[in-house]
Amino acid sequence: MTPIPRVFKFELPPWRRLAWGDVVVFLGLALLLYAGIRLGLGAPTVIKGPEIELGPRVLPYYVGLSLKRMVWAYLLSIIFSMVFGYLAARSRTAEKVLIPLLDVLQSIPILSFLPVALLSFSAIMPTPWALELSSIILIFTSQAWNIAFSWYQSLTTIPRNLQQASTVFRFNPWLRFRVLELPFAAISLIWNSMASWAGGWFFLMAAEIFSVGEKNFRLPGLGAYLQEAANRNNLESIILGLGALILTIVFLDQLVWRPLLAWSERFTMSLVESDNPPTSWFYNALRSSRLLNVFLRGLLRRPFSRVDEWLTHRLPVGGVKAPIGRRTLWFYYPLGAVGAAVLVYGAILAAGMLWQLRLEQWGEIALGVLFTLLRVVAALVIALGWTIPAGVAIGSNPRLSAWLQPVVQIAASVPATALFPILLLLVISLPGGLNLAAILLMLLGTQWYLLFNIIAGASAIPRELRDTANLLQLSRWERWRSLILPAIFPYVVTGAIAAVGGAWNASVVAEYTQFGGRTYDTVGVGALIAKATGAGDFPLLLAATLSLILAVVTVNRLFWQRLYRLAEERYRLD
Amino acid sequence: MSDNLLELKNISQIYSSGDSKFTAIKEVDLALHEGEFAALMGPTGCGKSTLLRIITGLQAPTSGRVLYRDQPLEGVNPHATIVFQTFALFPWLTVQENVEVALKAREVPPKLRTTRALDLLDRVGLDGFENAYPRELSGGMLQKVGFARAMAVEPELLCLDEPFSALDVLSAESLRGELLELWTSGHIPTRAILMATHHIEEAVFMADRIVVMDKDPGRVIMNLKVDLPLPRNRKDPRFINLVDRVYMVLAGQTQPEHVELGTAPGEPGRTRALPHINIDDLSGLLERLDNMPNNRADIYALAQELQLNSDELLRLIEAAELLGFANVAYGDITLNPLGETFAEASIRARKEIFATRIRRLPLFKWLLSLLRASDKKQMEWDVVQKALELEFHEEEAERQLDTAIDWGRYAELLAYDDSSQILFLEPGAA
Repeated sequence: MTPIPRVFKFELPPWRRLAWGDVVVFLGLALLLYAGIRLGLGAPTVIKGPEIELGPRVLPYYVGLSLKRMVWAYLLSIIFSMVFGYLAARSRTAEKVLIPLLDVLQSIPILSFLPVALLSFSAIMPTPWALELSSIILIFTSQAWNIAFSWYQSLTTIPRNLQQASTVFRFNPWLRFRVLELPFAAISLIWNSMASWAGGWFFLMAAEIFSVGEKNFRLPGLGAYLQEAANRNNLESIILGLGALILTIVFLDQLVWRPLLAWSERFTMSLVESDNPPTSWFYNALRSSRLLNVFLRGLLRRPFSRVDEWLTHRLPVGGVKAPIGRRTLWFYYPLGAVGAAVLVYGAILAAGMLWQLRLEQWGEIALGVLFTLLRVVAALVIALGWTIPAGVAIGSNPRLSAWLQPVVQIAASVPATALFPILLLLVISLPGGLNLAAILLMLLGTQWYLLFNIIAGASAIPRELRDTANLLQLSRWERWRSLILPAIFPYVVTGAIAAVGGAWNASVVAEYTQFGGRTYDTVGVGALIAKATGAGDFPLLLAATLSLILAVVTVNRLFWQRLYRLAEERYRLD
Repeated sequence: MSDNLLELKNISQIYSSGDSKFTAIKEVDLALHEGEFAALMGPTGCGKSTLLRIITGLQAPTSGRVLYRDQPLEGVNPHATIVFQTFALFPWLTVQENVEVALKAREVPPKLRTTRALDLLDRVGLDGFENAYPRELSGGMLQKVGFARAMAVEPELLCLDEPFSALDVLSAESLRGELLELWTSGHIPTRAILMATHHIEEAVFMADRIVVMDKDPGRVIMNLKVDLPLPRNRKDPRFINLVDRVYMVLAGQTQPEHVELGTAPGEPGRTRALPHINIDDLSGLLERLDNMPNNRADIYALAQELQLNSDELLRLIEAAELLGFANVAYGDITLNPLGETFAEASIRARKEIFATRIRRLPLFKWLLSLLRASDKKQMEWDVVQKALELEFHEEEAERQLDTAIDWGRYAELLAYDDSSQILFLEPGAA
């Protein structure tokens, strides 16, 4: 049986106790939000969104605009990750702050920063620039953390013997990067980039359709196109837009990611050949094309090897000094002191702003968090209810899973936020309209992660264990209890963690919306954030955003991380 | 000027974690002459690999001096290189690229790199495999690439870190011969070889001198010259005699019980570390001895018969001595009456004998009394490990506790719940 390749793989940082790093990170976030909001005070009260055309001819243009934002954000993420990973892997002090920072950033609903980012940027620069920049930064914040973490993790887990060989043979920093570090990290970087792009689309769509009250923050692009089409009830355009979106994602998958994966197979550490390496028709076609090979050799390889040689000679030969362990750099101390002072000062200012809130507003926030939490739980329960039986059925049947896998993959790759306007069109007139739409949106965002992971888990159950269950003639219930549920448990937990993260994010766009000329909202912290943005109620915006972050981080720590640890330790089948 | 290529003067390596200090290497003096092939022998954990890392400059010792050609060594030694036990080849580079990259690091121009790499690969017999990736090659061939890569930088001092122990028996044998041929032919610029190994026969087969180390703390206990002409014949009585002598030194002699057992953790004196062995292997060894004439065997002959490497066998023997099942003297092991009873007992009776024996070990006495004194007769793993770290370094403390739990479970004295990480006292042991 061929196991399903990893599609969404999330590596969580190892379990840590609450440390002073966490406090620093939380204060830092509060400070950042506060600074953003202070800036945002100067934002124009009315912001006009761009006109969105629905003609099929503009679609390629819109696709290009959306892609451009994604590419910029991705480049930013890569640069950030490289610097971040080196810092965290080389210095212990940096590691103590940076790793909790990643841990928190990875788990907070980044989308809740969108309003603050939009407001603050539009206060200091022309609106179109501000919107572009906030969308890019938002996508960046959704992409960067897991790439950075994977680079850091690769750097710190390079096998000792390869490190020693590089030192004994006196590699200089460039050679070490090119021959040791980058190849070792390559596969994990590519998988994480794929996950990051999937996440990026989700945020991009949200950023393109965000508008509250008098402020229309919409950006021209695929997301805005879909929203406009749904708004005008234009079925033809909806289908066209969706088609363009799916086509773009499938193209990227087939022409970029799959070939990269097939190519990166050479970077596996294992010394045995893999049974079923990732394959790509496009990669094979590229490799067998003679014209292209000539082109590559002449145009790319020669300049590259010239740069390579230059860097190899340019940088000094390594290993002149004995390698020193990771150390604390002296300039961290004054830097840390200044940072701490700024943090404390900012925290006082932010507390001052929060002080302006009335007691009943805090009550409103608490209620909002509770309602959003209930929606997230509802979406998760519904998703688990259908994905566990379906996933196990698919995963236990190799033929079915081989056939369904690409279908599921395409379905999963459509960012749920892009479908939100269409969902609204369908259910807004039903009783509980927006509430229902919000849960449906969360469900759309969550179920695929779960389904994928459960399929993977079910197909990873060893044949011997299935046979044993048959030989023992276990009843259906007993088989689920003693074999299937424990075996898929770790996969369910990993899937659920990713899924819940998506659901919290979705709450920011799902609980308040302007559709067909009307404004709909429901009780929830996402709705509070949106309304505060629209009304310019900055203390409420700060309080609601911080509360949402705190709630999500707390639930993660108290519940998900424990469950994850249990799953890792008790129920691993390898 | 001496003709010493390398000289170690009073080298010590001490690791400290928190309050506890662990001496990995204690006051080692060692000199390596030009033209010498020395083997570094000793049980696992005696610091052979650490010493190699210090010699090549991968690691700086806590104290002592490393002299290379009478000059103190600073940083990585440019004239030395290592061949690794696990090859340490870059899986994403071809065989040729793996060799070339070592030249590239030394700024050899591209054309020259290729010629030299191809020449070296030709010399180790890998002609035709230049474009293969490591995963396509067998262990023996991989190590040939390792050798070619090491030769590429024309080292004066070649360090080998158990280079043959990850290979199958036949590949190891042929590679040993090829290395000796390269070495004796004088076609390579290497002036001296230092090989860490725990394979006694291999050391006697290849080296001019055997430096024997012991552990706790790692130190040199003997220098043995091997005055046999090359190539050596394993059937030669002088060869067998030498191998026997090394076994004798390494297996030692069973000491009086109080010396053999050592003291409890935290008390003055050395705490005897439990050898990390599998109890079924120990039973197998004892049963085998029980079937020998006079319940006695020559350790070297036993290693050959059981196809165990010397390190594994010596650990089993250490366990048998510690538990009082066998005595070792003059390179021979003899099963004593208790060991005989154990070997012939039923499964249940074996467990009982085993339990009474391990109750005598100070480490177990200490552990059991800790548990008896504690609330609900249970303790957390971390607490016990922290206590053990007063005697052992962190990794070893973990291994000791692992072994203690394994033995305690077999003897039905201890229970351990992995999910809560708690050790319990079995009712019978209270």
